[in-house]
Amino acid sequence: MAKRIDVSGLSAYYGKVPAIEDVSMTIEPRAITAFIGPSGCGKSTFLRTLNRMHEVIPGTRVDGKVMLDDEDLYGPGVDPVAVRRTVGMVFQRPNPFPTMSIAENVAAGRRLNGTRMSSKETAEVVERSLRGANLWDEVKDRLDRPGSGLSGGQQQRLCIARAIAVEPAVLLMDEPCSALDPISTLAIEDLMNELKERYTIVIVTHNMQQAARVSDATAFFTIAGAGKPGRLIEMDSTSKIFSNPSERRTEDYITGRFG
Amino acid sequence: MSTITPPAPTSQAPADPYDLQSTVLPRWAPTAVGVAALGAVAMLFAVTPLYGNAQLVLSTAVVFVLGLTALSALYEGARQAKDRFATTLVYCAFVLALVPLVSVLGYTLVKGLGRLDLDFLTRSMRNVGPRDSYGGAYHAILGTLQQVAIASVIAVPIGVLTAVYLVEYGKGRLAKVITFFVDVMTGIPSIVAGLFILSFWVLGLGRGYSGFAGGLALSILMVPVVVRSSEEMLKLVPDELREASLALGVPRWRTILKVVIPTAIAGIVTGIMLAVARVTGETAPVLVTVFGFDSINANPFNGPQSSLPLYVFSENGRGLQFATDRAWAAALTLILIVMLLNLMARAIARFFAPKTSR
Repeated sequence: MAKRIDVSGLSAYYGKVPAIEDVSMTIEPRAITAFIGPSGCGKSTFLRTLNRMHEVIPGTRVDGKVMLDDEDLYGPGVDPVAVRRTVGMVFQRPNPFPTMSIAENVAAGRRLNGTRMSSKETAEVVERSLRGANLWDEVKDRLDRPGSGLSGGQQQRLCIARAIAVEPAVLLMDEPCSALDPISTLAIEDLMNELKERYTIVIVTHNMQQAARVSDATAFFTIAGAGKPGRLIEMDSTSKIFSNPSERRTEDYITGRFG
Repeated sequence: MSTITPPAPTSQAPADPYDLQSTVLPRWAPTAVGVAALGAVAMLFAVTPLYGNAQLVLSTAVVFVLGLTALSALYEGARQAKDRFATTLVYCAFVLALVPLVSVLGYTLVKGLGRLDLDFLTRSMRNVGPRDSYGGAYHAILGTLQQVAIASVIAVPIGVLTAVYLVEYGKGRLAKVITFFVDVMTGIPSIVAGLFILSFWVLGLGRGYSGFAGGLALSILMVPVVVRSSEEMLKLVPDELREASLALGVPRWRTILKVVIPTAIAGIVTGIMLAVARVTGETAPVLVTVFGFDSINANPFNGPQSSLPLYVFSENGRGLQFATDRAWAAALTLILIVMLLNLMARAIARFFAPKTSR
């Protein structure tokens, strides 16, 4: 199920302004890859190009290639809607649908896609996804209550359950813990470790300890200055990046000398 | 070493700059000042040639605001005095705004309740002369409901879909042009909308007066209101929800239909109901397109009908006691219908509102 992502020569623009320029990297399946770097360096933009969410914002453009196993996500005839079903995404702020109950939220991806499911199938998908997100035991008695009544950490795990309910091959997480307390963060990190058995996981984080704790590979992005595009400086195994990075700028950043 | 002295507060001894204590007027002070102001003004009105109830109330309000502010300035200090001034002003404005609302409602109730009975609600004005004490508004109620229903059926889909286009799709020149024309439409006087339908539909196409023509004219007035309110409500839906849905691989149109609109539906319904309430009371466009009729005409597509505002207008114009009574009763009926619509809107809005309870 998990797929390898191969990016080559990718640039993303807002209007005429490039946000990231000429990024090439390989993201391994069944592993957690972390993107670190200062604010505004284009990590999130790059993440959003991996499931074609970048183009949702009007006036944006992407150049380059993103190969998912052997299929180019930006090739002619590729349906962005199908891409997003294959590459799921969890956002910085928990965003359960306010009009739906917990169970409806989890089943939303399936139901909104127009898949007709019997109530038994739905119940199965809901339970499997909630168990997968380590949320089942906490909410099994109130599946019909609104999702917005949960705590922040629970809401974020609900969003993860919602994302994995459509059974994607890749799960992109854009600072999934930045709005959460340490206990909820720990719960999400444990969850990521379980999920990497089945998915390719990419996480953007500002928390370097988090990157060091959970990820297998780390990519460091930065910008040369305000208004300049972000670039990938270095990507390597997490242990290498955090102990002996080959680039001076990476070392400066992770040791806190800059950024 | 020079000592830094804080700017000395007025008159008092050099106060501790960190003193958290301050004089506060007792809770009953505003009431006492109010009563005192009323007494003082009443006495003034008794001994001077000043007169009039409205004048008395307004003068009392002015004296009350000034008196409480002065008292607060004396005992509590300048900042608290400004606070008292603003607070009392806000409350006075609220009461003042309530006066016309309550008096219109109360006056209509007093004048209209006597004639508002089952007979009035179930009879038409067929073969009823201006001097007769009987006669009802059934035909007018029927006409109003049909015309407003027709107007809503036309205006609500156009309005909501336009709003969806403007918020979800419209980014370029076309969206700007539409927004501009919607703004222009908001300012169209209702009689102009009526005359347009009169010349275009009733006379130009030769369709004649009908409830449907009235519905068309009312829909012209409804569309911009529905567009504006729906647009604002759709804009309030956070982009995070749209992105969450799109990231699940849900196509845009389904996202709008299943996520965006349900999230905003309470506000959209409220806006629609306000638009309905607004056109329900329109007289001028109905006058020139529906024409008015004394008998029951249940077919809005053929022949003149009546409507409640029109009924009030014509009955009141007769200038005779029984006719005026009927006009008041019809006005009360109109208010009740609009109130009922508003209550329905609130119920619907509550039913659809995003669930947030824990």
